Amino acid sequence: MHTDNPIPDYVKRRWYILVFLAPATLIYTVFAIYPIVESLRLSLYVSDEGQSQFVGLANYLRLLGEPYWAEQFWNAFKNNVVLFIMHMLIQNPIALALAALLSIPTLKGAAIYRTVFFLPTLLSVVVIGFIWQLILSPLWGVTPDAMEAIGLGLWFKPWLGLESSALVTVTLISIWQYVGIPLILFYAALLNIPEETIEAARIDGLNGWWIFWKVKLPMILPTLGLVSILTYIGNFTASFDLIYSIQGGLAGPNFSTDVMGTFLFRTFFGFQAQLGDQFMGATVASALFFIILVGVGCYLFGVQRKLQRYDS
Amino acid sequence: MQRFALKTAALAVSMSLSGVALAEKTVITIESWRADDQAIWDEKILPVFEAAYPEIDVEFKPTAATEYNAALNARIAGGTAGDIITCRPFDNSLAMYDAGSLADIKGMAGLENFSDVAKAAWSTDSGDAIFCVPMASVIHAFMYNKEAFAELGLEVPTTEDEFYSVLDSIAEEGSYIPLAMGTKDQWEAATMGYTNVGPSYWGGEEGRLAILSGDAKLTDDAYVEGFRQMQRWTSYLGNGYQAQGYTDSQNLFTLGRAAIYPTGSWEITGFQENADFELGAFAPPRKDANSKCYISDHTDIGIGMNAATENKEAVTTFLEWTTSAEFAGLLTNAAPGFFSLGNHDIDVENELAQEFVAMRGNCESTIRVAHQILSRGEPALGNQLWTLTANVINGSMSPEDAAVEAQANLDGWYKPE
Repeated sequence: MHTDNPIPDYVKRRWYILVFLAPATLIYTVFAIYPIVESLRLSLYVSDEGQSQFVGLANYLRLLGEPYWAEQFWNAFKNNVVLFIMHMLIQNPIALALAALLSIPTLKGAAIYRTVFFLPTLLSVVVIGFIWQLILSPLWGVTPDAMEAIGLGLWFKPWLGLESSALVTVTLISIWQYVGIPLILFYAALLNIPEETIEAARIDGLNGWWIFWKVKLPMILPTLGLVSILTYIGNFTASFDLIYSIQGGLAGPNFSTDVMGTFLFRTFFGFQAQLGDQFMGATVASALFFIILVGVGCYLFGVQRKLQRYDS
Repeated sequence: MQRFALKTAALAVSMSLSGVALAEKTVITIESWRADDQAIWDEKILPVFEAAYPEIDVEFKPTAATEYNAALNARIAGGTAGDIITCRPFDNSLAMYDAGSLADIKGMAGLENFSDVAKAAWSTDSGDAIFCVPMASVIHAFMYNKEAFAELGLEVPTTEDEFYSVLDSIAEEGSYIPLAMGTKDQWEAATMGYTNVGPSYWGGEEGRLAILSGDAKLTDDAYVEGFRQMQRWTSYLGNGYQAQGYTDSQNLFTLGRAAIYPTGSWEITGFQENADFELGAFAPPRKDANSKCYISDHTDIGIGMNAATENKEAVTTFLEWTTSAEFAGLLTNAAPGFFSLGNHDIDVENELAQEFVAMRGNCESTIRVAHQILSRGEPALGNQLWTLTANVINGSMSPEDAAVEAQANLDGWYKPE
């Protein structure tokens, strides 16, 4: 052994580890870590006559302290939370139920159902936004006439235009679009459960209903956790495009569908008479980053480590 | 023989080189939010310029109106914006000038063809610098379906009372929606509603300047009245107007399902193409028979130079051309409804556009109330009026509360001199 060699032997022996790590490290650093760090850095500056000037946490104090900013921030945050809860209570149970039905081996036409359920996910958000706007339009939509035909005409409301119902409507559209993703994840997890386990349960006298609750569900708990955290992240990041395409950048009516994404967009790029502010924009983006970080952190340390994995 | 071959080759090379030099044009691009005008620029305006200046090739590259400012600012920051920038009036462009994105063109030849009022929309507060050539103004008013009016035996209203009695008659008869307007996109409510009829109550320029000087407040009765009118409009809008967007309203009117459309002159081209009935226009109704009538004759479009352009000369040539009578004539008649801001005598050919121009003779002109200086706060008052007016029409806010919020915005930062 050469003691004067600066590179330790074990590194030399396992050089290929570095080679294999390099591509992912490089790509993530350039396209994810660097932009995040850079936007965190931007959030500590303000524009002063064309120059950026370091102000520490002043932007965050402004975001949470000044009524104009705080109001928008908490409103967007609240809407995001509503969005998340609705997805958890509606989208994921529906996806789980559909996946459970699809995974019944004797079901005919499972492939067709699977495709149909997943199809909306593949469509562009702009298309989805446009279609649903048309469907629900009080002027040209099919909904008013369809409801009229079954005697519910009086119940029709311009849901997307009412403060009380706009957010719920947009959320339901989002659920309609994205239900396919948790569905496929649950479905794959259910298919992974070994046949013997289920047979054993059946021999022990459990019917299909109890097999689902007592055998299948515990075995797909890790997937349930994964879907929850994906829903959480998705609601804070992916809700922007749908809301922007349906309700526009002002997330009307009266900001009732404003989420962190649309708030960030307006702040960073500006909107009509409102000028963009990259530093405040970066502050909103960083706040969003911390919200997601806290949520994911809680999940990782609070939930995932306690989940028991059943090896199959 | 060899020498001859060489000579021929040299000649061929030099010829092809000069050919390249001839074909090398300066290409400059125009940023604009007027996507609807693509054909007008491509087919009517730019060919005339390019014929006069064959060495310059101008391309018109518009962005959707609602995304224009965001997209343009991003492109400017990234250094990929076009050479020529179509300017929004007042603060929006002023901020771009302050940030160094728009060049100062004060000394440019041809600017003397514009009145100070026109230039004010694109000058610094002190008037030291001018950063865009005033291009066109748009006039707010109402368009109506002439056939529907004839069918229902209606006269064009000139006062508030007449206006509402016309609306009542249309509503009673029932085959037309009285007013084609929705609140989903919010801006129509403020732009075509509040700032369209409001000047009749606050007295046009006088009222606008009173806010600027601090002599009046938006909570004064004259200004609240603008919001009260909006509340009154509610019962004349179509079913589900809360979810009715701008294009929905346009279609409602051009398909002949609505009788009156609160609007601006910029709709003339599109509406005349799409509507198969005759269109008329009338000015915002006067408060009563004894008051004056006011129109919002808004300095809406200017055109300036991207400070970072590499083709300063070509851009200057183009901008100077936009100050000429030739350009004013082309624009006014190719894009009827955009009225040149220059002092040139232009004959307006389009009849509907003539009706709008005629309003300048009968009514006092003003501009949109929140545009000059007042939109420098957070949120910009211009934007806030969108939401507030939409809220009033949607019934989620009273006119008085809307006025209180708007004034609170001004009180928060604006110190009148």
